[in-house]
Amino acid sequence: MIRASEVSWRYGANPVIEGVSVTARPGRVLGLIGPNGSGKTTLLRLLYGALRSPTGQVTVDDDELSTLPSREAARRLAVVVQEAGGETALTVAELVLLGRAPHLSTFQRTGRTDHEIAARCLARVGAAHLGGRAFAQLSGGERQRVLIARALAQQATHLLLDEPTNHLDIRYQHEILHLVRTLGTCSVVVLHDLNLAARYCDDLVLLGSDGVAAAGTIDQVLDPTVLEPVYGIGIQRLDLDDNIHLLFHPIDQSIKQRSAA
Amino acid sequence: MQIGVRVGVIALPQGKQDLLGVAAQRRRTGFWLLGLTVGLVVTGVVAVGSGAVGIAPLTVARIIGHHLVGLPGEVTWTPPQEAIVWQVRLPRVLLGMLVGAGLAVCGVALQAMVRNVLADPYLLGINSGASSGAAAAILFGAGAGFGRYALSTSAFLGALAASLLVFLIARSGGRVTSIRLLLSGVAVGYALYATTSFLIFASGSAEGARSVMFWLLGSLGLARWDALLAVAAIVLIGMIGYLTVIGRRLDVLAIGDETAQTLGVSPDRFRLRLLVLVSLSVGVLVSAAGSIGFVGLVVPHLARRIVGAPHVRVVPVAALLGAILLVWADVLARVLLAPQEIPIGIITSLLGAPFLLILIRRLHATGA
Repeated sequence: MIRASEVSWRYGANPVIEGVSVTARPGRVLGLIGPNGSGKTTLLRLLYGALRSPTGQVTVDDDELSTLPSREAARRLAVVVQEAGGETALTVAELVLLGRAPHLSTFQRTGRTDHEIAARCLARVGAAHLGGRAFAQLSGGERQRVLIARALAQQATHLLLDEPTNHLDIRYQHEILHLVRTLGTCSVVVLHDLNLAARYCDDLVLLGSDGVAAAGTIDQVLDPTVLEPVYGIGIQRLDLDDNIHLLFHPIDQSIKQRSAA
Repeated sequence: MQIGVRVGVIALPQGKQDLLGVAAQRRRTGFWLLGLTVGLVVTGVVAVGSGAVGIAPLTVARIIGHHLVGLPGEVTWTPPQEAIVWQVRLPRVLLGMLVGAGLAVCGVALQAMVRNVLADPYLLGINSGASSGAAAAILFGAGAGFGRYALSTSAFLGALAASLLVFLIARSGGRVTSIRLLLSGVAVGYALYATTSFLIFASGSAEGARSVMFWLLGSLGLARWDALLAVAAIVLIGMIGYLTVIGRRLDVLAIGDETAQTLGVSPDRFRLRLLVLVSLSVGVLVSAAGSIGFVGLVVPHLARRIVGAPHVRVVPVAALLGAILLVWADVLARVLLAPQEIPIGIITSLLGAPFLLILIRRLHATGA
C-alpha cells in the first residue's frame, strides 16, 4: 500500500501539486487521470520518491519512503518511467537483468535464478525473441515492453507506471494493462485514455487544475458530471456487459460553429 | 503479492541451459581477458627490449625473472643490459601500463557518469589544473619543499584544486547533474589553460617554457623505481578493481538518474563518489606522466565494441587495452626519431584523432 498525505510540489513559483492525498491499496490498480498539465506525472514521481514533497509524507506499507534505504525502496517499488534510456548500448537481456540489481549485493553476479526470472519477464511482455537485440535499435513499442519486463524482474510488491501505453499499438495497450491487472501487485498507472482506465483500473484519482477533482472507484469517478468540467468536453457514458464505455463530443460552441461552416 | 509467484506460470523454452546467452558472453569475455593479458605481457617484454639499444626479448625475460624470482640464477647478460632493462626501461613500461589502463578506465567511468560518449578524463578540467601546478613548479619553483617530488606534488595539488572547483561550481545549483558537471569542467579547463599559458609567458624563461611544453604533451621519461610509481600502482589498480566490481551500478547510472534511483542506486551520491575517485586517479596520472590525450576517449569505445556495454566487462577490457596501447605509443615515441624522444601525447593524438573521426562518421550513420 502506498499512501500519500498532503503532498505538494512546485516548479519554480508554479504549484503543480498542492496538498494532495491519495492511497493505492494492495492488490488493486489505481489510475491517475486528468488533463495535460494537471500534475499526474508529478504526483507519480512524488509517490516513488523521485521528488520529495516539502509537505506531508509518503508511506509504503506504513514505512515512510524517505527513510527507506534506496535498495530497500527498489525492492518494494518497481517503476516504469518515460525516460527513454535510448542511448544505452546494452542488449535487451542485459537491460532486463538490471532489474535484479536491488536483489543482489553490490559485488554479486547475476545467477541462474536471476536469468530465469529475466527470461520469464521478457516472455510475459511478449518480448522473449528480443533478448539478444540492442535496446537502442528497438521500436518505441518494443522498448516500452522491455522496460516493463525490467520492472517485473524487480519482483516488487508495488508497480508504478507513467503512461505505459505510450507508443503501443491497440493490441499491446490492452495486453500490457491486462498484464498489470493480473499481477496482483499494488499498482499505480498514469493514463490518458479514459476507456483504458475504465477497463483496467479499480480506483481512479482525477486531477484537475486545482488538485484532486475526484477520487474513488471507477464507477464514481467516471461520471460525466464529474469529468465534463475538468476536461471541457461532452461525455456520454454507456454501461455495457459490466464495463463502462465513454463517448466524447465537443461542447465548445465555437468549435461546433467552425465545423459547421 | 509477489510477482515472482505468478511469473512462474510462463513456461520457458525447454532444453535451453543458457537462457539469455549470459554464460556464452561470460566465456567470450574470459577469452578476451586471457588473450589481452598475454598480449600485455608480450608487449611489456618487447617494449622493454626496444629503444636506442635493442635487447632480445629472451634476455629481457631472463633479466626480469632473475630480479623477481631469482630464476635463472646464472647471469648471461652484460651489466649495462641489466641496468637498461631493470633501472631504465622496466619502470617506464610499467608506468606506461598504469597510465594507459588508468586513463582508459577513467574515461569509462566518466562516460557512464555524464552519459556522453565524448567524455574523457581531461574534460573535467582536472588535467588543466595539474598542468597549471606543474608549470608553477617548473617556472617558479612552487612546492620546492617536496624535493624531487616537487613537480608531481604540485601537479597533483593543481589537479585536486581543479576538480574541487569543478565540483563546487557544478553543485551550486543544489544537485550535481551530468550537464552541469560537463559545462563547469569545460569552463574551469579553459580558465586554467589560460593560467598555464600566462605563467609560461610571465616567467620569461625559454628553457622553463620548453620543459613545461614537453610535460604538457606528456612523457613517461620521469619513470623510475620510486614512491610515485608505487602510489600510481596502488591508486590505479585499486580504482580499476573497484569499478569492475561495481560495474552494475555504472550500468544503471549510465541509463539515467531516474532509472538509477528506481533500481536502488542513489545517483547523486554515486556520482560524487565517482568524481572523487576519478579526480584522484587523474591527479596521480597527470602528475606522473603529464597530459596524454585521446586514450581515455578512444579506448572505452574499443572495449565496448569488443565485449558489449556492461561495465563489469568493459572496465577490465578497457584497462588491458589502454595499457597495451599506451606502451606501444611510448615505444613509437622512443623509436621514431631515435635518439630524440617525441612526447607521447603527440603519438596518442596522431593515432586517436583518426579514430575519433571514424566514430563521428559512425554516429552519423546510425542517426544516434
